[in-house]
Amino acid sequence: MTGALPALPVLLPVLGAGLVLFPLPHAVVRALSTGVLTVVLVCEAALLVLADSRGPQVLHVGGWPAPLGVTLVADRLSALLLTVSTLVALAVLVFAIGQGTAEERPRAAVVFHLAYLLLVTGVSLAFLSGDLFNLFVAFEVMLAASYVLITLDADESRTSAGMTYTIVSLTSSLLFLSLIALVYAATGTVTLAQLGPRLAELPDGLNGAFALLLLSVLGIKTAIIPMHFWLPDSYPTAPSPITAVFAALLTKVGVYALLRTQTLLFPRTDVWTLLACAAIITMIVGILGAIAQDDLNRLLSFTLVSHIGYMLFGLALFDTRGLTGSILYVVHHIVVQAALFLAAGLVVGRAGTAALHRMTRRPYPGVLVVALFAVPAMSLSGIPPFSGFIAKLALLQAGAAQGGPAAYALAASALLTSLLTLYAMTRVWTAALTARAPAHGEEPPPEPDTPTARTSGTGRLMLAAAAGMTVTGLAIAVWAGPLADLGTRAAEDLLHPQAYRSAVLGEGNR
Amino acid sequence: MNSVDVTMALVVGGLFTAGFHLMLQRSLMRIVFGFILLGHGTNLLLLVVGGSPGRPPVLDGEETAPTADPLPQAMALTAIVITFGLTVFLVALAYRSWRLSGHDEVRDDVEDRRIGTARERARNEPGPEHDAHGTTNGGNR
Repeated sequence: MTGALPALPVLLPVLGAGLVLFPLPHAVVRALSTGVLTVVLVCEAALLVLADSRGPQVLHVGGWPAPLGVTLVADRLSALLLTVSTLVALAVLVFAIGQGTAEERPRAAVVFHLAYLLLVTGVSLAFLSGDLFNLFVAFEVMLAASYVLITLDADESRTSAGMTYTIVSLTSSLLFLSLIALVYAATGTVTLAQLGPRLAELPDGLNGAFALLLLSVLGIKTAIIPMHFWLPDSYPTAPSPITAVFAALLTKVGVYALLRTQTLLFPRTDVWTLLACAAIITMIVGILGAIAQDDLNRLLSFTLVSHIGYMLFGLALFDTRGLTGSILYVVHHIVVQAALFLAAGLVVGRAGTAALHRMTRRPYPGVLVVALFAVPAMSLSGIPPFSGFIAKLALLQAGAAQGGPAAYALAASALLTSLLTLYAMTRVWTAALTARAPAHGEEPPPEPDTPTARTSGTGRLMLAAAAGMTVTGLAIAVWAGPLADLGTRAAEDLLHPQAYRSAVLGEGNR
Repeated sequence: MNSVDVTMALVVGGLFTAGFHLMLQRSLMRIVFGFILLGHGTNLLLLVVGGSPGRPPVLDGEETAPTADPLPQAMALTAIVITFGLTVFLVALAYRSWRLSGHDEVRDDVEDRRIGTARERARNEPGPEHDAHGTTNGGNR
């Protein structure tokens, strides 16, 4: 029974998506997709327990052993991220049902649920896939669903934003495919468990070229700064639940792929200076971009780009503490960024505009909405009792323990970025969330083309979903100890992949 | 490993060059064509890496002659399906964009436009510097 468990997070959403295509009543479709995600969540929690107690759970699909067939692998890192991401996907789905996104027309509602379930399928498959080509397919399933979601019922501006997003993602996918072809030509395999030793046998130049190509491919998908330009243009144009699920999941899948492939394929023992530089630039430039924005959703998208830098921080250090910090940060950020975008959806819904300089003249959105925005905002900025503080502390301790110049530079820019994040959040606070206080500080820049306000809704479901995300963020802070232990064990697995290899390839076959 | 067919290598290289060149153009239709060429180049590359052609990789017991490597063929098939599907989606999107906006040019970057209008009004609004060059029409930055 437990043998088939790794297949369920992929299989159930895809079957659900198939069922949605039948002409069913509206309520049934909603119940179906929420039900599927709930069952998947339970399976993934079970998978996490199994992976933590018994080691990596491996499923050779169709009974074909590892180098030949499709292999699904759930180790601690995959299972942890699977559980968190499905939890967030479920909350966002509830929010979307409450808001009635794209549900004015029944056809659009069907497409929304279909694409949403396929998105979850792709995300789950990406976390579970045990070879490079399968990872590519997972990215494609996920991205194809996201192309549909971002251009669903789109007007002119959303269509052109979706066009940018689609073309950039497709280009990086084709580069990924070329990389897979070249790696296969050089090593004769695409199974992650086999690739590490075989890549190490290659000449240094070739190995380095593969590492760089992989970094740039995943860098586009993850929005590392020189390759981030598509994200703030496309994400904020979608309705708030769709932006929330994209922000929470898509870039994190890229980060997961970076963590998995770089540790498994290109293991190293020292600090990775190139990635450290990329992390520093991502953090600083991203947050400066956020400060310059007047549109609330654009501002949050830039903070998303900026905080990708924190996840690269730990990977750049390339030791147990650093990777633990990265894993904690990914978990924290999936939850908190989704909570922020959902709360922003509520704020924008109440104010009727996303432009900060106009919000100052709108009525007070109410204590509950303010609290739902303020708690994740403080968490994102790293204020002590919240989850962001714990994740940042882990990273800073890792930087201090490493002690090299790159580590100190990373730690310093991480601190500066937290401070600037707090400043950006304070701007939102003074503009949108105070009871008609006149905005002090600088004059907000004029906005000639403010996106039209999204459909407003004040359903209890939306509040409940946003509150659920905020409470989950608090829970991460409360159970930080066990979570950090789990993160450390997952980081150890990443740095010592022998267990992973023997689980995938069978004993004595590595 | 095996030696590579020079003709195939040149064709793959040519497809990549033409594809990226077209993707850097301003017109959406050219970008779509660029994507199509790039997709063909990639799929061909997948086939080329399978090594020299051989017997079809079907095992029927007694034959021992070397067969072609089936794995790149499987990967190329999957990749062809994916690129084909996404090409259709892209063409539909380009058509919709043309229907809605009446032209098929890639628009300027939002930040770029803001900085431009701000300059026109002779106002010294500090735009975010990193986005000043982040135009949306480059597919492969």
